[in-house]
Amino acid sequence: MIWNDEFETLPREAIESLQLKRLQQTLERVHATVPFYREQFAKAGVNLEQIKSLEDLQRLPFTLKQDMRDNYPYGLFAAPLDQIVRIHASSGTTGKPTVVGYTRRDIDNWTEMMARSFSAAGAHRGDVIHNAYGYGLFTGGLGAHYGAEKIGASVIPMSGGNSKKQLMIMQDFGSTVLTCTPSYCLYLAEIAAEEGIDIRSLKLEVGILGAEPWSEKMRDEIQEKVGIRAIDIYGLSEILGPGVGIECIEAQSGLHIWEDHFIVEIIDPDTCEVLPVGEQGELVITTITKEGIPMIRYRTRDITRIIAEPCICGRTHRRLQRMSGRSDDMLIIRGVNVFPSQIESVLMSIEGVEPHYMLIVDRDENLDTLEVQVEVNEKTFSDEIKVLQKMSRTIQDAIKDMLGITCRVRLVEPKTIARSEGKSQRVIDNRPK
Amino acid sequence: MKVTQISIFIENKSGRLAEVSRVLGETGVNIRALSLADTSDFGILRLIVDNTDLAKETLKECGFTVSKTEVVAVEVPDRPGGLSSILQVLDEANVNVEYMYAFVERSAGNAVIIFRFDDVDQAIEVLQANKITVLPGERIYGI
Repeated sequence: MIWNDEFETLPREAIESLQLKRLQQTLERVHATVPFYREQFAKAGVNLEQIKSLEDLQRLPFTLKQDMRDNYPYGLFAAPLDQIVRIHASSGTTGKPTVVGYTRRDIDNWTEMMARSFSAAGAHRGDVIHNAYGYGLFTGGLGAHYGAEKIGASVIPMSGGNSKKQLMIMQDFGSTVLTCTPSYCLYLAEIAAEEGIDIRSLKLEVGILGAEPWSEKMRDEIQEKVGIRAIDIYGLSEILGPGVGIECIEAQSGLHIWEDHFIVEIIDPDTCEVLPVGEQGELVITTITKEGIPMIRYRTRDITRIIAEPCICGRTHRRLQRMSGRSDDMLIIRGVNVFPSQIESVLMSIEGVEPHYMLIVDRDENLDTLEVQVEVNEKTFSDEIKVLQKMSRTIQDAIKDMLGITCRVRLVEPKTIARSEGKSQRVIDNRPK
Repeated sequence: MKVTQISIFIENKSGRLAEVSRVLGETGVNIRALSLADTSDFGILRLIVDNTDLAKETLKECGFTVSKTEVVAVEVPDRPGGLSSILQVLDEANVNVEYMYAFVERSAGNAVIIFRFDDVDQAIEVLQANKITVLPGERIYGI
């Protein structure tokens, strides 16, 4: 079902003229209220009167995650704090998160986009939506929650973890729609099997799965094991949170991105040239309705391509191919964004530990695992086992404190981790693609 | 009256112990006593050898992490109750044993126990005051 018939089926020309109008408004807004953008535009020698077409957007400089950190916490807000009704944040490289703020209208728009997303995935009034995205600073839980209420479904605010209870609630409350990460969905299927619950016989019909990259192969496995239609959803807190784009249940191929709220471009991540429609590259998003923290040409680092061909569902908003990777070294482990540099800064903060490390990411029974290999050196070596084990635990606790994920620390002999000139190989990702 | 022991960090993967013994063998270092403490991920190999400095330098050059530790060698009559009497003395004096290992002396037929203490000097004092034979390093290196 199409939630907002008027806007979701706008003809291409109408979308583009709406985009241009909203882009110009957004640029005026950030120019007037955010010193960072004013300086950026001046540095690039761009006058806002020069932005007369959507192509002119290419004259503007990119915005990076680092810019958010440099302006921590509220420096990029384009609305005074007394108009901000919600603040979310995601984990940051040096312990400082990246912060986003929403005005009342931003929340309304987000809710609308999540309502469209739920509808596109086939959810409707009468559904029992089991929301296992985390509630808290992470945008997943609350973002999905508001959209689920908006369409009139009964929403169960489960949040993550406690898998046996999740299954009990699913059985007893008759959950019909599950929202969580794809790997957690498979994990629930395994716990169900262990508990002797036939998860396929539950009332679940649809899984709206996101917050981490996944593959067609994993979709097949989920649909087979859980007995649901598995729908890919895309979002990032810097831009909105969940609901930036979603697959429709009709095609299950490519994620419709709400083009009345965003302008998407695909660039070559090395040259930063804008690529022709249909070519694969890094996704760049400009928000054109946000008030709290608009983003101009934000480099998402996600690799995808634009699908311009019309979709069988009738929506005219173009689609993005399922994200196939990253143009930086960010890892997504159990839905948590992890940069190797974050682990490095944790190691550097521990006395005697050297920043020679290797991250081994794997998947064990459908749960992501992280092993951090750390070299033992003369400063940290002791002939007593307990001293070395204590060091492992200290590192493990420090990583848990910073990233919220439990890892396994493995001490290795010195010089076993390859040193290389230039960009060193810090990560081995053994997860099935 | 202290004995110098070297400890080597060993990753739990095949061939590492063999590599240590190969390196020492080729350098002409003779191992007098050894013990291996292990966890699921790594082990610590503790050795007393006839040429501590040479062994340490050579292993370091081969990329191993090596440290020197002072331990105490005690001679124990090779009969039931031999160890018990020593531990009782240490316990009564509140001396904490970090770890220990033992071997039997070839010529004299006595057992030798290597102790690692928190406070080596205090431990030696207590042992000698109780007429327990503490062996000097040279005795062990030359066994």
